[in-house]
Amino acid sequence: MASITKPPVRHPSLPTNALGFTKRDYEGAMSTLCAGCGHDSVTAALVQALWELELPPHRAAKMSGIGCSSKTTAYFLRQSHGFNGVHGRMPALATGANAANRQLAYIGISGDGDSLSIGLGQLCHAIRRNLNMMYVLENNGVYGLTKGQFSASADVGSKSKRGEANVQPPIDPVLLALSLGATFVARSFSGDKAQLVPILKAAIRHNGFALIDVISPCVSFNDHETSTKSYRYTRNHYLEVAPVDFVPLRREIATEQGEDALTSVTMHDGSVVRFRKVANEYDPTNRDAAYAYLRARHAHGEVVTGLLHIDENAPDMHAVAGTVETPLVDLDFNALCPGGAALAELMDEYR
Amino acid sequence: MSAAGARPASTSPRPPTDVSNPQYYHKVVDCQWACPAHTNVPEYIRLIAQGRYSDAYLLNRESNVFPGILGRTCDRPCEPACRRGRIDGKPVAICRLKRVAADHRGDVTDRLPKAPAEKNGKRVALIGAGPASLTVANDLMPLGYQVTILEKLAEPGGLMRINIPSFRLPAEVLDEEVGSILGMGVDIRYNSPVESMRTLLEDPWDAVFVGSGAPKGKDLEIPGRTEAAANIHIGIEWLASAHFGHIERIGERVLIIGVGNTAMDCCRTSRRLGGHDVKVIARRSRPYFKASPWELEDAEEEGIAIVENHAPKRFVLENGRLVGLELERLRWFDQNGRQKSEVVDTVVIPCDDVILAIGQDNAFPWIERDVGIDFDEHGMPIVDKTTMQCSRPGVFFGGDAAWGPENIIWAVEHGHQAAISIHQHCQSQPLSERPAYGMNLVSSKVGMHAWSYSNDYSPLPRTKMQHAELTKRFAGLGVEVELGFTAEETAREVERCLNCDIETHFTASLCIECDACIDVCPVNCLTIAPDVADDMDLRAWLSAPTMNPTQALYSSSPLPQTQRIMVKDEDVCLHCGLCAERCPTAAWDMRQFELLVPYALGRAASRLATVMPSFALPVTNQAVQNA
Repeated sequence: MASITKPPVRHPSLPTNALGFTKRDYEGAMSTLCAGCGHDSVTAALVQALWELELPPHRAAKMSGIGCSSKTTAYFLRQSHGFNGVHGRMPALATGANAANRQLAYIGISGDGDSLSIGLGQLCHAIRRNLNMMYVLENNGVYGLTKGQFSASADVGSKSKRGEANVQPPIDPVLLALSLGATFVARSFSGDKAQLVPILKAAIRHNGFALIDVISPCVSFNDHETSTKSYRYTRNHYLEVAPVDFVPLRREIATEQGEDALTSVTMHDGSVVRFRKVANEYDPTNRDAAYAYLRARHAHGEVVTGLLHIDENAPDMHAVAGTVETPLVDLDFNALCPGGAALAELMDEYR
Repeated sequence: MSAAGARPASTSPRPPTDVSNPQYYHKVVDCQWACPAHTNVPEYIRLIAQGRYSDAYLLNRESNVFPGILGRTCDRPCEPACRRGRIDGKPVAICRLKRVAADHRGDVTDRLPKAPAEKNGKRVALIGAGPASLTVANDLMPLGYQVTILEKLAEPGGLMRINIPSFRLPAEVLDEEVGSILGMGVDIRYNSPVESMRTLLEDPWDAVFVGSGAPKGKDLEIPGRTEAAANIHIGIEWLASAHFGHIERIGERVLIIGVGNTAMDCCRTSRRLGGHDVKVIARRSRPYFKASPWELEDAEEEGIAIVENHAPKRFVLENGRLVGLELERLRWFDQNGRQKSEVVDTVVIPCDDVILAIGQDNAFPWIERDVGIDFDEHGMPIVDKTTMQCSRPGVFFGGDAAWGPENIIWAVEHGHQAAISIHQHCQSQPLSERPAYGMNLVSSKVGMHAWSYSNDYSPLPRTKMQHAELTKRFAGLGVEVELGFTAEETAREVERCLNCDIETHFTASLCIECDACIDVCPVNCLTIAPDVADDMDLRAWLSAPTMNPTQALYSSSPLPQTQRIMVKDEDVCLHCGLCAERCPTAAWDMRQFELLVPYALGRAASRLATVMPSFALPVTNQAVQNA
């Protein structure tokens, strides 16, 4: 909490994007999260990414469930669509919304409790369907809103603020997503916007389910010395294997000096994801290799980050189901509700 | 991000900003830095906001000596410097708030400086009773000096009295503030022009201060000048004559040559003495005018026309009487980076009187050239910029007498510095060793999310000063035009101040690099950047493009986790305190900065130390209170 809201003035030289908006226009309400919360940095990274993407705010839908993380949707894009649903049920709501209108950019924000405990089944099926959305999992290893109990992502041996060690093995959302066939899997850190912002941009442009596991430390309950989700621990065990640049359609950016040829993946809409400094043995387009690599590095206690896996060729939910291109709201009544004869004809097919 | 390639790589480490040097945070307080006398503007504005007008007045008086006078007439170097101007285009009405303190204060007689009954045996002569000399007297009397002022007129005040018209500065205001200085027991001798420096120096004065101003108005030698002399007036002399009532009328059509602040006073005075058709003639176009923009506005409000790009050529006479002024119409153009003019044609503007307001000169016919005071080729005394002493030890200059026409607030600062020098001279201390500035820095945190100042940003525009109606103000010379701010206007305007003296103070060792401060800053002041030594290289990393390289970058020592550094571009910081509120470890704190300015009497007493005795520092202590 802060005593005042963010003053309505901006830096006089703050640039505008093609829509004439400054970054400030992509902000939302004043955060009521604890001072120093990683989630607020994720919010700032989202604001930056959405501004750079020149996304019209009214063409986005923010989806969330319950938890500190799920409050985040209030803090950016004050002029977009949004739905704050029941605990762990955000993927189902997003599926419904996306089924009805596939032309919006779906931004789901969840946490390790919302996604890996109460909502784990929901998350798995959204991945399985390759729902076209960005799913940001703000991962801090604790239930911050209920004062710091271990969550399902807490590492074995990580100690609570009171000194108790966690004994249950964690669910790693990245390995989970890889094993379920996710088509865009990334891990990043709230304290590294240089890495996070391009990943967010690529995730929004990805045609399918994009999971981003963001280590986002809880300053109040999980930023102490014996925690494995603290700012310091994350920085000390940080291994950036697949950092990317996101190159929007028709905008070429000169290659940095001294860099060799880069792996690049062309996305559905023609934008390009360019991998910089990918570790030699790492191939972000090979799911099995990525899985093995991540398991191996994890055994060394390293937090592997970057855009870890991308597959631009898999069909999304609409392609599999063969649904109509036009949002339902834009269909004329006769097409949307073709009447009794059409229903009878359909029913006949099942006889 | 993709732009990363444009940024220079780390070269050598950057030394962290030394905030224990009082001048660093002083420079962040743009108004105080720009004020020649370093008035503590944000603090007096806060006192006004609290209704503590007497306290605000006395805080002002400490540095600028004449708050009531300057609240009406100051050249306001603080306002163009005001950070608020870089935020929404209009600075805080600092000057007029100063007037509020002066107008609404209670009786402060008991709190003004007093002279001790026992004198220190040193005798000082001050020449001229203008703002510079009066400041010297103000600073030296409490130390027990016997101060004598030699004034050529029958009244004190110098140009403040005879050149600033009373519709801008009422006589009562001047009398009271001058009186509080003279009332300490200054031996003031009216009608006593100094006609010979040699004779004066024969008297064993311990020090002599020359504060005689720049009393000679420049003349304009063009054809017709002598023939039409009866209707051609020298601006400052004419203003003085109007003040003394020696002239009560002027012709209906008046031309003022020159477009400085004296010209503004001349044209507006003309309007009150019968001038209906008053025009100001300027050689150049508006951006080059010397007059303050607000004085131009006030003149135009009174129906005065400003004629740009015209140069006087000759006075036109008919039957031996002035009937017009022939002018060359100029066109200005750029030639190799220099502004040149060419004559387009000539015009004659009919007029009854012409007033020349094209500048002032110093004149020292009364200083013999063999008394040890060296003059330069322009006939100006050679005066040390720091000590105010001329080539003859024990003789000091200040105000317009030192380096030509400036303004009142500069005269005051000259007076303060001369008083320090005179005191050191009389104690046989070297003048070049100036007393040091001190500082206090105290956290303004008073609760979880509570600060000892109003940190919210007021989006209101600058409050406009209400003026007396035109019909009323032309009734006489003494009808004050500006009405002063009402209580409501004051309450609104004080909230526009950004409290630049409540400093964002950073402790690198506490930072966990969570980015909370960077994310919340409404004006993108903050960046965590690589440790780059060069200022311009570092600016390439800033969150928002740098616009103002004259504003400092505040940079920390390396941060504990990544060895990067925290950088703050001071330029447009709102001092809203959100960085400190969102900082989980109190690495950012909002700390009230107080500059302790040295005077002849010693360093100014700390207000913060009075409010918070645990931070008290002895006045003479050279040490600096730092976190």
